Amino acid sequence: MQQSQNENREAEVPEIFSETTSDSAFKKFFLEVYSLTIFTLRFFKEVFKPPYEFNELMKQSFLTGYRSLSLIGITGFIIGLVLTIQSRPAMARFGAQSWLPAMVAVTIIREIGPVITALIFAGKVGSGIGAELASMNVTEQIDAMQVSSTNPFKYLVVTRVLSATLMLPLLVVFADAIGLFGSFAGVNLKGNVSFHLFFSQIFQSLVFKDVFPAFVKTFFFGFAIGLIGSYKGYNSYKGTEGVGKAANSAVVFSSLMVFIIDMIAVQITSLFQN
Amino acid sequence: MRRMTTNATYMITGHDDSQNGLVVVKMEHLKKSFGNNHVLRDINLSINKGENLAILGKSGTGKSVLIKCIVGLVELDDGKLIIFGQDISGLKNKELIEIRKKIGYLFQSGALYDSMTVRENLEFPLRRQLHSMPKEKMNSLVKESLENVGLAEAIDITPSELSGGMRKRLGLARTLILKPEIMLYDEPTTGLDPVTSKEISNLILEVQKKYNTTSIIITHDIECAKLTANRIIVIRDGICAAEGSYTDLEHSADGWIRAFFE
Repeated sequence: MQQSQNENREAEVPEIFSETTSDSAFKKFFLEVYSLTIFTLRFFKEVFKPPYEFNELMKQSFLTGYRSLSLIGITGFIIGLVLTIQSRPAMARFGAQSWLPAMVAVTIIREIGPVITALIFAGKVGSGIGAELASMNVTEQIDAMQVSSTNPFKYLVVTRVLSATLMLPLLVVFADAIGLFGSFAGVNLKGNVSFHLFFSQIFQSLVFKDVFPAFVKTFFFGFAIGLIGSYKGYNSYKGTEGVGKAANSAVVFSSLMVFIIDMIAVQITSLFQN
Repeated sequence: MRRMTTNATYMITGHDDSQNGLVVVKMEHLKKSFGNNHVLRDINLSINKGENLAILGKSGTGKSVLIKCIVGLVELDDGKLIIFGQDISGLKNKELIEIRKKIGYLFQSGALYDSMTVRENLEFPLRRQLHSMPKEKMNSLVKESLENVGLAEAIDITPSELSGGMRKRLGLARTLILKPEIMLYDEPTTGLDPVTSKEISNLILEVQKKYNTTSIIITHDIECAKLTANRIIVIRDGICAAEGSYTDLEHSADGWIRAFFE
């Protein structure tokens, strides 16, 4: 009778609130953090140790950087254009229309450019790395590499993380530049501002503390995207389901990490500015 | 000396030849578990140079785990695994790499690198292991390997354009390009039609004759085992349950063993 009551009580408690489930969720979370930390430490151990995979690094940089140019360029142009069109009425209401190029430039360079480019990069490159490594795992290609006396971590992970770390800042610079051209187009849709005037206003308004911290944080964005994509793919469970999960979780977690790093970067920057 | 047995703690008879080079792989009391799943309980086995050994057993009995232990892809829990006279369980990574250079592994799926062409797939192990090899020498080795498996015309296409049988043959060519002393085949004929299976089995035999390799063939394909193996062992419950020639095992007193050959 007592046993039956206990069984009924257990049945009434929704599964998500049961102690076992939350325990296992916590355990899973901390295990994941622990595993990612070990993976990161291994990256730093392997990255300095010869032999260096320069050819593969160049190939991956081409694939992650050059192959993303068109997507990043189009997005950057649209962001600059839309931001300018959307900001114009508000600026006009305060009679600050002449400040539009400076406002848009600071917004793009300090925040929108790096974050939006990083998110697109996470969607394209992060998911690609996750899916590629997971499918290599499923089809035993990583094992085959190990049997061929190749260190798969160094060959696959280190090169991808490095290429993402190095290519994202360049893509952000490119996206920022294209975004400013988009803004110039936006300004000229309902006005007539010369190219020289537009860009001289921008360069007068921008200072070192706008550009430098924004550029530095993109290295961290790239590192996080490359690392999480590689981690999810390299440690995926066997089976085709694992490939989809790896790609999906690579995008979700690296996007989340972009926002977290951005928040930390803003705090650090404001500390130094004060 | 060879004999047939169904003794659970079977150990191949004869003196220890691992020191004089006749025995290339020697396993003593190998144990491997994954959680509560005790896959290998007590494997004792010796494999001689130039021998073709087929390993049979039901799915999930640890056949693939056994050959993954040989190349160090899976770490042993207990026991001794001696390859070319060296116990690999205590080896450092560098020493393990040296052993791996002498071992070829044909994966069940072929494990071809999808992002590379057929030529690049074959060049990959050469570039990794023989860093200073001249381009001409590399080209001739690639061509020779592809000709050996009848795929010379496929040199510049990607693996995704190949059929299942061609992928297996390409996997074999990539493995053979370094002329390994031991070949490990993980279900080489699985998923292939009978004609292609026979072609692959004949290739395994040719390889053994041409390069005098020692082969360990994991298979469920009895025809493949019959055609290629000098000796067959059957794994049951993580131990070598029986060993002998095809004819020996086909007429085994144990119905469970006989069932494989019916």
